[in-house]
Amino acid sequence: MLPMSRPHRHPGRTAAEAAVALAWLPGAARGQGAHDVLRPAGPQAAQILQLWNLTLLVCGVVFALVLAALVVALWRGRVRRAAAGPAAERAAGHWVGGAAGVSAVLLVGLVAADVWTDHGLSRLPQSDALHIEMVGQQWWWESRYPAGPEGPGFATAGELHVPVGRTVVVTLLSADVIHTFWVPNLHGKKDMLPGRPTTVTLRADQPGRFRGQCAEFCGTEHALMAFGMVADSPADFARWRAGQQAPALAPTSPEALRGQALFTNGACAGCHTVRGTDAAGTLGPDLTHLASRPTIAAGSAPNTAEALERWVRNPGVIKPGAAMPASALSQQDLADLVAYLRSLA
Amino acid sequence: MTPPGPPHLKDGPDASPEVLAALHRTWSDPPGLRGWLCAVNHKTVATRFVVTTFVFFLLAGVLALVMRLQLARPDSHWIDPHLYNQLFTLHGTTMMFLFAVPVMQAVAAWLVPLMIGARSVAFPRMNAFAFWVFALGGVFLFGGFAVGAGPDTGWFSYPPLASSDYSPGKGVDIWAQMITFTELAGLLEAVILITTILKMRAPGMTLARMPLFVWATLVTQCMVLFAMPAVMLGSTGLILDRLVGTHFYNPAHGGDVLLWQHLFWFFGHPEVYLIFIPPLGFISTIVATFSGRPVFGYRAVVLSLIATAFLAFGLWVHHMFATNLPEVGKSFFTAASLAIALPAAVQIFCWLATLWLGRVRFSVPLLFVLAFFFILVLGGLTGIMLGAVPLDLQLHDTYFVVAHLHYVLLGGAVFPLFGAIHYWFPKATGRLLGERAGRWQFWLFFTGFNVTFFPMHLLGLHGMPRRVYTYGGDMGWGGLNLLATAGAFCIAASVVVFLWNVAASLKHGAAAGADPWGAGTLEWSVPSPPPPHTFDALPVVHAADPLWSAPGSPAVVSGLAADAREVLTTTVAAALPEGRPLFPQPSIWPLVAALAVSALFVGSVFNPWAVVWFSLPVAVAVIGWFWPGPGETRRGLALEKKP
Repeated sequence: MLPMSRPHRHPGRTAAEAAVALAWLPGAARGQGAHDVLRPAGPQAAQILQLWNLTLLVCGVVFALVLAALVVALWRGRVRRAAAGPAAERAAGHWVGGAAGVSAVLLVGLVAADVWTDHGLSRLPQSDALHIEMVGQQWWWESRYPAGPEGPGFATAGELHVPVGRTVVVTLLSADVIHTFWVPNLHGKKDMLPGRPTTVTLRADQPGRFRGQCAEFCGTEHALMAFGMVADSPADFARWRAGQQAPALAPTSPEALRGQALFTNGACAGCHTVRGTDAAGTLGPDLTHLASRPTIAAGSAPNTAEALERWVRNPGVIKPGAAMPASALSQQDLADLVAYLRSLA
Repeated sequence: MTPPGPPHLKDGPDASPEVLAALHRTWSDPPGLRGWLCAVNHKTVATRFVVTTFVFFLLAGVLALVMRLQLARPDSHWIDPHLYNQLFTLHGTTMMFLFAVPVMQAVAAWLVPLMIGARSVAFPRMNAFAFWVFALGGVFLFGGFAVGAGPDTGWFSYPPLASSDYSPGKGVDIWAQMITFTELAGLLEAVILITTILKMRAPGMTLARMPLFVWATLVTQCMVLFAMPAVMLGSTGLILDRLVGTHFYNPAHGGDVLLWQHLFWFFGHPEVYLIFIPPLGFISTIVATFSGRPVFGYRAVVLSLIATAFLAFGLWVHHMFATNLPEVGKSFFTAASLAIALPAAVQIFCWLATLWLGRVRFSVPLLFVLAFFFILVLGGLTGIMLGAVPLDLQLHDTYFVVAHLHYVLLGGAVFPLFGAIHYWFPKATGRLLGERAGRWQFWLFFTGFNVTFFPMHLLGLHGMPRRVYTYGGDMGWGGLNLLATAGAFCIAASVVVFLWNVAASLKHGAAAGADPWGAGTLEWSVPSPPPPHTFDALPVVHAADPLWSAPGSPAVVSGLAADAREVLTTTVAAALPEGRPLFPQPSIWPLVAALAVSALFVGSVFNPWAVVWFSLPVAVAVIGWFWPGPGETRRGLALEKKP
């Protein structure tokens, strides 16, 4: 396998993709590129894909040989007139022994490749690593960026921004049940276990948006527990971080001002934080810069005024089982509240 | 039932019609409804067992079709997540606990005595009890689902999701007690089958002459003894956490969420082999018969079965590679996961050699076995991929695993099982299954299977996680999912053809005769269907394939009572005659005991005190069960040989 330091190559048309192409159907897996094991964007996913290609090749050849042997044996067994003699029995014994020997050698080779690759996965340089905490909750993701030399800490939800080319160590926590962190374009899975923090170390080598999804069944809305992972250039990342570190912008329009009052004095603030205001609830996502996020509700709806309104009115319509209760706000109040939320850039 | 008075008729070669009639009468189940409830004949009980597991197979299949309809299109809201999560939980639970493992035990309980030359399984009343407990457990699970208390935490039920904090209601309690039901039945069947195989083989059937299916059953049932206690322990801990507030799996109070996973998979991985090893015995049997020669490399095949059983206990952690385990530990489990491919490969090579050296006749049972070479080999190879830590980290909990496990379990177990049903159906019923319908069933199943499950490999690689009730249209997974759904209905059509074939063949099927296939094992020496006592006289075995070898002398055992349930026990390795114990009569007590035990298990879900109160009827039932009747005592004394 490739050493970590060498920039990894983008595999072009791999054997796996050729197999995929065979089964291509109109409308089938168009591959948006953001959520795919076969399109690595970091060194670990690339190494795993290399091991996949090797294993697929070995297994494909073995599969073809077994089927070929079956066809030959059936043909031979069909045309045989008399019982096989002792010489044929001996020859068959040699073939069986030989095939078992070859299988053993192949298996040992694959074990070696597996262990070698696994070892390589944990060898990213750690010296200037960025440390982030991610908390899985039923059914959303909280990303916590701790305070450091670059400024105060902050939290966001449903997204994970990382700088390109820098090792990222994500400490994985769970607030309730077991979830699994998985961004297939970057790395394999790591469980988020209540009572047992785990970490995943990864690096994105090209800017882009990748999709992460919970992979361990975690209850009603497991299917709709996704997050967006954004790999920014270092400059973009610094800009994004500075924006997130700042407290919320004060609303300016009269609707948004009314919405803020509703938010802070009403039920919203019981669960949500908007830094720079009195809203400091911790049960739900931090909404300080809600408007900067492309999606809401763990990737289950776009962050538009219309979706926000539907969500606040009755979250269960978008996401049955969501912990947030439906609201009984008037149409006007709802519009004001959404105007406020939209102002949290 | 049995005529009163001391027994005086003895079986043997060229027995008089009077003796044969007495044997028939002695081993029959009593008539009427009461007799139906009292039945202990192993063929009666095992037939019920097989049919019951098949009913569960059909139910779980219907659940799968509903899921496939839901997933056929993206953003589907036909089924809400609450129901969908119950569907996949029930599908997995039913297929694993109520179909795949028990059906293999049920087939063995029917077949093993015939293959080893015995008139019964050991502990016939326990056999009946195990069946009732199993059936009641399954009814409990589906009853819960029917009244809206279906479990919805997956067939693996990981805490803390399965704890009362995150899964209130009775669903998970019912699930955990269903485990207790089925594992109790499974452990009892294991004891029965192991004892039958080791102590009741016909004289002369040394271990080295045992049919390979009997070897496969022996190995499997020994695994059951070690694997099932782990999950019973686990599920007991889970239900204690839920009902009486213990903290086995609660990290907030010193419990550990991974403890459950270790216990569950210490059972769960060997379970795959509990499902997979008996079909290896089917395959060895069917390949031998349709090649017209014994399996090449008998010893290598037996040693491979035993090696598989040991290695199977060293793989469980490959279900947990995404937890925080140390690298070296994971490497060990990778090596074990890949090593287990070797004994499977040896058997496959031996079967290929058997076909090569033999004279092959194509027939429906062989077709199902040949599908194994395509499907199971593919599933085994994807298993090698999943055993590798780096690949597993990507593929774990995606549709790739759904594809893999169905290739292994359907290719490794269900295809050979259908082959076995086509093969032994004539023995059990006296009529052959229709060949033409059999071929239709096979090709629909084979095509439908691959159309359903092959695309799932690709879905997994494209990132589709398991256990999702829907997915976004922009993910690009819609086309392959639609294809999979179409394939699922093709499988359903195949099962319909099979059911029709069974129904039609029971009525109009061609008469089978004792040995329609020209096979070599003992079950083909008796009429089809076999009489209640199976063998007019117990055979004496002189070769591994008695029907393909020159008859030896003596050919049969003589002198067992014909008007009492006297059986012959033999020594474990050499099968030398050892004793002739008297087996118990049909009895209502196994059913009563099963009802009492079920009341205890079901009651405990609602109130822990039920365990205390219902132990009373359990005790009464067990005492009734073992209470010696005067007739039995008299017969026993009369048959006793005085020194």
